[in-house]
Amino acid sequence: MIFDPLIPFQYDYMQKAIWVSTLVGGVCGLLSCFMTLKGWSLMGDALSHSIIPGVVVAYGLGLPIAVGAFVAGLLAAGLIGWIKEIVSLRDDAMIGVVFTTFFAIGLLLISLYPSPINLKMIVFGNILGISDQDIRQLLWISAICLITILLLWRDLFLWCFDPIQARVIGFPVRFLKFILLSLLTLTAVAALQTVGVCLVVAMLVTPGATAYLLTDRFSSMMGIAFFLGAITSFLGAYFSYFLDGSVGGSIIVLQTIIFLLAWIYAPKHGILAMKKGKNLSLLTEVKQT
Amino acid sequence: MNSPEKVELGADLTIAVNGVTVTYSNGHTALEEASFELKQGCICALVGVNGSGKSTLFKALMGFVIPSRGQVLVSGRPVLEAQKNNWIAYVPQTEEVDWTFPVSVSDVVLMGRYGHMNFLRIASAKDKRIVEESLKKVEMWDYRSRQIGELSGGQKKRVFLARALAQESRIILLDEPFTGVDVNTESAIIDLMRDLRRRGRIILVSTHNLGSVPDFCDHAVLINRRILAWGALHEVFTEENITKTFGGVLRHFHLDKSTVDESDGRSVTLLTDDERPLVLGKGGHLERRHLTESGEQNL
Ligand SMILES: Nc1ncnc2c1ncn2[C@@H]1O[C@H](COP(=O)(O)OP(=O)(O)OP(=O)(O)O)[C@@H](O)[C@H]1O
Ligand SMILES: [Mg+2]
Repeated sequence: MIFDPLIPFQYDYMQKAIWVSTLVGGVCGLLSCFMTLKGWSLMGDALSHSIIPGVVVAYGLGLPIAVGAFVAGLLAAGLIGWIKEIVSLRDDAMIGVVFTTFFAIGLLLISLYPSPINLKMIVFGNILGISDQDIRQLLWISAICLITILLLWRDLFLWCFDPIQARVIGFPVRFLKFILLSLLTLTAVAALQTVGVCLVVAMLVTPGATAYLLTDRFSSMMGIAFFLGAITSFLGAYFSYFLDGSVGGSIIVLQTIIFLLAWIYAPKHGILAMKKGKNLSLLTEVKQT
Repeated sequence: MNSPEKVELGADLTIAVNGVTVTYSNGHTALEEASFELKQGCICALVGVNGSGKSTLFKALMGFVIPSRGQVLVSGRPVLEAQKNNWIAYVPQTEEVDWTFPVSVSDVVLMGRYGHMNFLRIASAKDKRIVEESLKKVEMWDYRSRQIGELSGGQKKRVFLARALAQESRIILLDEPFTGVDVNTESAIIDLMRDLRRRGRIILVSTHNLGSVPDFCDHAVLINRRILAWGALHEVFTEENITKTFGGVLRHFHLDKSTVDESDGRSVTLLTDDERPLVLGKGGHLERRHLTESGEQNL
């Protein structure tokens, strides 16, 4: 038997899976830059779990699931912000409480009202069986996210870096926060369908974390993260065909491998480079004495 | 100094603080019934002991804390409006930014220009020129491509000062710009402030460095939860007021004979809050040298 590398592309469902994953991976990669810098990894995890009840309700009502997910996500984020103002608890505790509650409500709804969505789909994603309608939704979500980030990335970056300065020069900081939360919720919905709820947070963090190690400029960080997100998703979906394994699993494992490589070999922030730097400074110290 | 453009800034630039009271959420009233007014083309010193409410006053001026009573007006309008118009630049006492961000020195200074750009924040040639000028003024141009965390404390301070310069705003608020900077940087910052004053800006600067206040300030606000005195420097910067402001914490040296000022019979008073001492003539008034100097600067 001859190995034919193009076999996955002969199947309609594989083609769809590969291209949709690539797009979603790229968008998540872009957003992951803000998530890693803002320290919102936990928030990303929380939101991706919190959107489940919205997804279930939207299905029940015949609405686009993106709408239901979006509303549930913002509700959870709003709740976290609100509790923060009235109770002085550590952020992570509050986020933990709110998101598990939302997730629990989602699970309850799924078990109470039989619907076409089942747990397996939510946990592992459903990219191989994705409907054309869902693809259209994902395209819309990706387009909205890409355009928003393209237009606002400098403002968002300043707000992440120095919120005080953002206020001083009259930026609408609440609006910017709302935008970033909305983008996070939207991409979480998209990633949910490709890799499943447990792995969403990886898509929303790993490419950005990898890019962070490779550059000291935010614009290149975004470029690298977008490229990494897209290429790992493309290859992950592609190889999952030969492995006969989970698409989400393949994508995330690939992303992690690349992260580890960057962590070891990155020119400045990699552990090898840091070791070398240490040795150099030791050397100069020895010479001086 | 080299760009004489933009000298006129509308004749009515003022900051008016009217009976501002700020109480923090823990119930502590850090500022009580504070009132004073500043007009354009001045450098005003804000002096007081630790915890006297200097930073709180800055925060109230920025709208970061909401006064429970009173209000702050910039040219008769609310602060928020002034911010939207990019009228205010602020260098906090300590920058609470994440120093590990992938952002270079020149990127940070360029952020000061965002208010002048269109909503895509694409830098024009002018923006880039002003960034270069600002970095050169604080002598950080050679470090422009460094990641922001790879600087010393004083260098970081200078970068954020450069950002405030690049902002070209009418009001510049500096919360203790001299802590942790060397003597050269200090005099460079003072030169910059004088330059800004010449261009009609209002500069409010808090400092513990009493000795250098008469060198560059023409107004002063003395604060200890309440405003103890405010106005033209030579009127309010007297031994009596300063002793009142600092209570017993100042170090006092009365020297009956010195080489300082012939007209006072060479009698001086040294007042110091740890930094450069303040030298006052007999009767607790400023030395004549300072008076003439600040008089010249006002031209
Ligand atoms: N966030 C806060 N919550 C509660 N109290 C505060 C807060 N910030 C400051 N304070 C209190 O308000 C008072 C004034 O503080 P502020 O920071 O304005 O002093 P300062 O004059 O700037 O002092 P320093 O010279 O040390 O910078 C202090 O007693 C301080 O303990
Ligand atoms: Mg202070």
